[in-house]
Amino acid sequence: MNLVLVAEQTLNGLQLGVMLFLLAAGLTLVFGIMNLVNLAHGALYMVGAYLTTWFYQNTGSFALAVALGLAGTLVVGIVVELVALRTLYERDHLDQVLATFGLILFFNELVAILWGRSAIYSTLPPYLSGHVELFGTMRYPLYRLVIIGIGMAVAVLLWFVVSRTRLGMLIRAGASNRAMVAALGVDIRLLYTIVFGFGAALAGLAGLLAGPIFAVQPGMGELILIQVFVVIVIGGIGSIRGAFAGALIVGMVDTMGRAFLKPVLSALISPAAGDAAGPALASMLIYLLMAAVLAFRPEGLFPSRGS
Amino acid sequence: MTARTGILVALLLLLAAVPPVAALLNEPFYLDLLRRVMIFAIAAISLNLILGYGGMVSFGHAAYLGIGAYAVGVLDHHGISNGWLQWGIAVGASALIAAAIGSISVRTSGIYFIMITLAFTQMLYYLGVSLAEYGGDDGLRLKMRSQLSGLIDLNDATAFYYLVFAILVLFLYVTHRLVNSRFGQVLQAVRSNEARTRAIGISPYPYRLAAFVISGAMCGLAGALLANQTSFLTPEFMNWTRSGELMFMVILGGIATTAGPLLGAAALLLMEDLLQGWSVLPKWVHEHWQLYLGVILVLVVLFARRGLAGLLPGKNE
Repeated sequence: MNLVLVAEQTLNGLQLGVMLFLLAAGLTLVFGIMNLVNLAHGALYMVGAYLTTWFYQNTGSFALAVALGLAGTLVVGIVVELVALRTLYERDHLDQVLATFGLILFFNELVAILWGRSAIYSTLPPYLSGHVELFGTMRYPLYRLVIIGIGMAVAVLLWFVVSRTRLGMLIRAGASNRAMVAALGVDIRLLYTIVFGFGAALAGLAGLLAGPIFAVQPGMGELILIQVFVVIVIGGIGSIRGAFAGALIVGMVDTMGRAFLKPVLSALISPAAGDAAGPALASMLIYLLMAAVLAFRPEGLFPSRGS
Repeated sequence: MTARTGILVALLLLLAAVPPVAALLNEPFYLDLLRRVMIFAIAAISLNLILGYGGMVSFGHAAYLGIGAYAVGVLDHHGISNGWLQWGIAVGASALIAAAIGSISVRTSGIYFIMITLAFTQMLYYLGVSLAEYGGDDGLRLKMRSQLSGLIDLNDATAFYYLVFAILVLFLYVTHRLVNSRFGQVLQAVRSNEARTRAIGISPYPYRLAAFVISGAMCGLAGALLANQTSFLTPEFMNWTRSGELMFMVILGGIATTAGPLLGAAALLLMEDLLQGWSVLPKWVHEHWQLYLGVILVLVVLFARRGLAGLLPGKNE
């Protein structure tokens, strides 16, 4: 097998991985701290992608569109938290799942009303398009490298905020004992809103980064959301470290499976078997991985220490 | 007979009276609509067994609708139209796959259970999409409906209707008996307090797994019926939104009640039908009915916690 192809797919896997991480970090924080199952997290990803694409088409400046798209998703996230989700923290998971499922239907239809049902394609500004030469022989899209860079930077920033700042201390404390944090005089509702808004902004960031690569369409959030669930189940729910490890593993396994499973099966068994089973197995691979992880470590790879 | 049972019986009598009334009004559409309602009610009854009585929030129940439908579709595709065989395989395959998924997921609880059941169903969905032989994304049209040795002709709308009705009544009765048996009592005990159930010497795992398998098998039959209802099947039968709808039916109707799933399936499907097609409503409602459905869903969860069955007289089970 050709090394350039392997290197290229490794980078693709890394890029999918950091994208999943941006979503998983917010979802896992919201779950760890508020004990809330938020299916509508994917809807925020979609909102981020739409807002940025729309702002870019109307302002012509990509940087401005990114800033407005992020701020817009943050606002939408905070409004959703204040209006609907706040009352759900004390409810059981079933109610949370159903109410946020309702929110998904609402948001998917809302963007269909505003921007239509068919996919819209976002373009890249000239300074982000094009390819770069890597290792002398390989050309790789610049934008995908930028995504990897941003994802890694966010991971470092998150680590810093959570483990080195006062806000991070409150977040960790809130995750391990909410009642105690509230008793110590911290405004827990405000903390929840901040964390939720933070998670929403990360989802929006993932969405706006995804815009130029994937089709921006209603329902785009749910396609990736279910993969994000796999990520946090593998990583351990409530743990950012787990989300990071899980995201990279899932991104890598999924990309490699899609790229190499068919040729490998063809070579090992028979071309017919590769053609028949390759694509099917590739799309099921991350779920099989999840099942395997759960069979050996039901708590995930990096269970959070809280509660 | 309590007031509640009375209402359930009245509801069933009403359903039984639909074919002659529809024939009288010359509106065969109602027959089709209510048959669909009953098929989804059967699926919701099966989900209620684990969701309501077992406390297991399965977000992947559409998987068994899909497996049941594919059992019929795949056999039909290969020229086997014997309904007994098709439906037997639908139920058997659903039970087997439920056993496989259950053996991993039933060990977990809470959020893990929700996500794992969802993820496995998504896996089956992608498997369906990648089966090019059986239509892939586009799905598969049945060559003919299941042949039940000439006893019941499923192309006869009324006969098919009463067959679904009979299965519905049977399933209502069976779940009622099951829930009130020792098995059902243990299942509910585990839901209320797992630690205490363990303390009196009962291991929850086999009970929960058995309930999960029974529920999957029941839903598999609903899938076989659904494939016959539409004469068509696609991976969309296993779409995660379908699982969400089934959950919503149970909650809307009243969780852990006998009549709940039937009420919920009827309310949701009739509401969808009205939002989409009722000529009294303006066009902007028809076009974006999911927007309103989403809002209704959120409001029901936030404010109507006991569901429609909670409005009925008598105490909640």
